[in-house]
Amino acid sequence: MSVLREKLENTNDVVFTAEFPSVDGGGMVSVERNAARLAPWFDAVNATDNPAAHAHTSNTTTAIAMKMFGLEPIMQIVCRDKNRLAIQSDMMGASLHGITNLSLLTGDDVTAGDEPEARRVFDIDSAQAINIARIMGEGKYLSGRSITPAPDFYLGAVENAAAPPFDYRIQRALKKYRAGARFLQLQICYHPDRLEAFCKGVAEVAPDLKLIPTVVLVKGAKGLGFMNDKVPGIDVPASTMARVQSASDPSVEVNKLTLELARHALTLPGVRGLHITDFRHDGSLDLFMNDLGLTPKS
Amino acid sequence: MLKKLLPFVEHALKAPVWDCRMCGQCVLHSTGMTCPMTCPKTLRNGPCGGVRENGNCEVIPEMQCIWVKAYDRTISLPLPKVWKEHYNELRPPVDMQLQGTSSWINLVTKRDQQVPDGWSVQGSEH
Repeated sequence: MSVLREKLENTNDVVFTAEFPSVDGGGMVSVERNAARLAPWFDAVNATDNPAAHAHTSNTTTAIAMKMFGLEPIMQIVCRDKNRLAIQSDMMGASLHGITNLSLLTGDDVTAGDEPEARRVFDIDSAQAINIARIMGEGKYLSGRSITPAPDFYLGAVENAAAPPFDYRIQRALKKYRAGARFLQLQICYHPDRLEAFCKGVAEVAPDLKLIPTVVLVKGAKGLGFMNDKVPGIDVPASTMARVQSASDPSVEVNKLTLELARHALTLPGVRGLHITDFRHDGSLDLFMNDLGLTPKS
Repeated sequence: MLKKLLPFVEHALKAPVWDCRMCGQCVLHSTGMTCPMTCPKTLRNGPCGGVRENGNCEVIPEMQCIWVKAYDRTISLPLPKVWKEHYNELRPPVDMQLQGTSSWINLVTKRDQQVPDGWSVQGSEH
């Protein structure tokens, strides 16, 4: 059984998840090194699916490799690159290798990546993908053809709590919940008020939907600017930008800000953990986790 | 004859108003009279996470996100209550076999309600 499911469904423990760095060469040694670095802190880690519309080692094979080195994967599947047949075969491939945590998402557009000339697929959308995964978990493909025994999936999704239309984001999260999502990793959010309204709204209707907001470790004002300008759907308020820019040491200030956002997120209804994206890769992850009051697992 | 003629008539009427893409399974009534097939990602179940702070599209920055528009219109337009209630339903995957056919015919024959045998929806839809 997945540790993520066990913790979220059968305990009140706070869970921590992260992104596995994209694999572009470096072989199994690089996977082993990254798995060893992340394992002490995280319950499960996302095996991404061509993040930001850049080609990398595939989601399924990355998830299998992570598992080989003892790191529990949450295998992401995005709707941008594959049609419904390929998405179902991704899910079955995951199941074949004992991967149960799936996260289904729309995916950044091809224009966000380095091959904007590519054909975008979007044969199905994320809510439909979640529903199809649920149906497969009940023992049949979308066509109705049976799968015996049914694959065992623990389904997740992603929602952006801070992008317009704000009120509707709650309803969209609930649509994914009804389709079969049991946990939601939330997009990076620099608007604590919006995150709060979203979590309250969702928890009111679906108190058993596990929310996992994201915080990101960036180096300073430049990193924050990059999030604001380049990452689709992320807005950093001007006052937050100014606070970091005008600090005597922006690198320290941005860490302080991230810690505040993380602590606030953990107080919100429905929130059962944190997703941490590390863009610094300079050892500050350990410091950040220590500041949150955590110690590494042995 | 009608089967050949109607797609032309439908397209001639719906293209100028809704930028109709002739998916053959029209859901305009449930999306605040806003066509989801004009979303660059052709999303049928709500906006992606890439909507800009000003409510515009991730892919086409000068265009308002069609789901922002659909949401505003569902609230503000004097549409029948039952149509508004359909806004939140989980719409099934597009049937690519219907591309280019008349959604009017498909509505009358209920062809647009056919879904794959495995498709099912759980929980309250409204």
